[in-house]
Amino acid sequence: MSLSLEKLAFEHDHESQTDEEKYAEIAQVIESYKDKEGSLIMVLHAAQEIYGYLPPELQEFIARKMNIPVSEIHGVVSFYSFFSTQKKGKHTIRMCQGTACYVRGGQKVVDAIKRNLNVEVGCTTEDGQFTFEIVRCIGACGLAPAIMIDDDVYKQVTPAKLKGILSLYEDAEENIEGGADA
Amino acid sequence: MADIRLTINGKECVAPAGSTILQAAELNGIHIPKLCYLEGIHKYGACRICVVEQVSPPAKNLQASCMVEAKDGMVINTNNARVLEARKTMYELLLSNHDKQCLTCNRNQDCEFQALGRELGVDGSHYEGERSLHPIDVSESLTRDPNKCILCRRCVSVCQKIQTTSVLTAANRGFDTVISPAFNLPIGSTDCTYCGQCTVVCPVGALKETSHKDRVLRALNNPNKHVVVQPAPAVRVGIAECFGQPAGTSETGKLAAALRRMGFDEVFDTNWAADLTIMEEGTEFLTRIKEFLTGGVAPLPMMTSCSPGWIKFIEHNYPEDLDHLSSCKSPHQMFGAVIKSYYAEKIGKKPEDMFVVSIMPCTAKKTECARPELSNDGLANVDAVLTTRELGDMIKAMGIDFMNLPDEEFDMPLGLSTGAADIFGVTGGVMEAALRTVYEIITGRELPFPNLHVSPIVGLEQIREATIKLEDVKPEWKAAEGLEVKIAVTSGFAGARKLMEQVHDGKSPYHFIEVMGCPGGCITGGGQPRPQEDINIVRQKRMEAIYGEDERKVVRKSHENKAIQAFYKEWGEPGGHKSHEYLHTHYVKRGRFNELTNESFVIEQE
Repeated sequence: MSLSLEKLAFEHDHESQTDEEKYAEIAQVIESYKDKEGSLIMVLHAAQEIYGYLPPELQEFIARKMNIPVSEIHGVVSFYSFFSTQKKGKHTIRMCQGTACYVRGGQKVVDAIKRNLNVEVGCTTEDGQFTFEIVRCIGACGLAPAIMIDDDVYKQVTPAKLKGILSLYEDAEENIEGGADA
Repeated sequence: MADIRLTINGKECVAPAGSTILQAAELNGIHIPKLCYLEGIHKYGACRICVVEQVSPPAKNLQASCMVEAKDGMVINTNNARVLEARKTMYELLLSNHDKQCLTCNRNQDCEFQALGRELGVDGSHYEGERSLHPIDVSESLTRDPNKCILCRRCVSVCQKIQTTSVLTAANRGFDTVISPAFNLPIGSTDCTYCGQCTVVCPVGALKETSHKDRVLRALNNPNKHVVVQPAPAVRVGIAECFGQPAGTSETGKLAAALRRMGFDEVFDTNWAADLTIMEEGTEFLTRIKEFLTGGVAPLPMMTSCSPGWIKFIEHNYPEDLDHLSSCKSPHQMFGAVIKSYYAEKIGKKPEDMFVVSIMPCTAKKTECARPELSNDGLANVDAVLTTRELGDMIKAMGIDFMNLPDEEFDMPLGLSTGAADIFGVTGGVMEAALRTVYEIITGRELPFPNLHVSPIVGLEQIREATIKLEDVKPEWKAAEGLEVKIAVTSGFAGARKLMEQVHDGKSPYHFIEVMGCPGGCITGGGQPRPQEDINIVRQKRMEAIYGEDERKVVRKSHENKAIQAFYKEWGEPGGHKSHEYLHTHYVKRGRFNELTNESFVIEQE
């Protein structure tokens, strides 16, 4: 039996949902996978899509609903780097540390991001703007060292260029907020 | 099943079809070193120590012999240079992320990893590098030191598959892998039952009981403390294994002698309190049955409450069903309550000057003695719990030559016990002991089974049941005439879960259920010596030894214990007011994620 990822296309805009609505939707997903063996990973994917991340309380909720041990869920969530137990920032910076990016000074960019944003790898900045992740090769080796911010790729990034790139996102946020206020 | 033929190290070998290469080799006298594999419990292929070369049919890589099935016509090498070198490399890689604090480890010279290094001829450590460092996690019962863990996952197998408690899991991946509870919570804040089966299978010092040895030693050397000791029934059939004796060796007399030489002021016996428990629990069962027969709302089945691991299991998993538990404290807690009240008064001591030490085959008993409800007059009923293993350590440290001690008796009067008390140490024993008394109270006749053994519930199968018909009852039990009392017995949480599902759904056909948390009961409890052979053989031998203890006793029914009869003359009726104050308790609703309580059994480290 194969479980298709297509099922994860959701009708709702999760950002506007309350926690209660999100939990109810996750419960529905679990119900739809009922009696299907090996469905935990699919459920976790869906839950992360709906809730944004997988905090312990949500893992316990899933454990109870699926009647499986929470330790098993924690084992799976902590094994796959796709799953996050921390709330994601508004933007996700993915720094490539594949071979090409690594040898062309990727580590310096990693250090610069950490310094500029005061954030550790795998964590989110205090203001909730950025989540910083390391990935292994984004298929842009010719542009090394490369970073992705959300869906945009930036090539040949250096610590000097970094500030300008980040400011694009910070400014955009301010504009949106300003617009909402007005 | 048909046999297969294969060649191992040039020798023609025959083995039953379905054997692994490892099993086939062992059957033919060829030893293959192994580490993570544990017969009947854990087969995972994690450590790769048992690798062999498969010449035919040709396999490119070395094969983990514990995982690969032996096939007809196979040609295997278990000891050529390639294999031996690979094993050493594998060992050194495991060693490279181990803390190597052997000299200060309590498993020193009792460590499977250490012994394996010697066996493989490891004489260097060539892979020094980064090490994963973890804090040590201490709870009332268990101490977890991931820095010593070699990730064999035996504990995970026991916790998930055998006990179905699934507290421990392998979290993270690669270098960051750690065996821990969910969310890396301290084990003292989880739904762990503290059964300690993980400490029995751990090959290294990563999982062990939280030591009370210092606590006991300090009390023994405190002139203001009157230190009273009591060993549980299963300890007498386990302790000799700490001194190299085979499983199933009973050494009750030497046990009493050793405790006396350690300096305990009184060497009593938890068995006395087991007889006391039968009086209290039997009375409680009779009360519930009477209420049931007269149309009352007595919660049936009644379930035994001697096993603190089982208590914690039901508190987490079935918090709505706690009224099925007998309200009786476990025997050693009853004993402590009696020592610090009745007995202290008798010998003219203040309760706070009494120090009660329990020797238990159990790690959960340590957490039990930290439970606030198991205290009276502001004092814990029991002050320290040593596992059988810890007692063995202390006897050695004190230079006592255990096997050459004379056989001695326990002190009186709280050292006198019946055969019914001995069998508290094995699955089915508490039930049988209770029936020996309850049946006689209702009918006036002895329990109608050969040699007083309720044969349908004797044994090691997961769930055993029996029906006992009450006929020609005493006049005061007229309402029970013709009643078919249905009983069930289980040990280990897999069986307990099955019986509890019935209870929870209101579909349990039973009146009385005995549950012990560890498979086999206390004889193979989490605090017993680690088996030196197949656990199933050890369980069988210790069980026979326990029944042997019972059968050697002249008196084999708790209500005929003269010391118990004398006690109740002064104390009052079983189930009376004083009993309820001192010998009975209540339970805590906890929930699967501890969501119903704030109580924790974590011991904070500096």
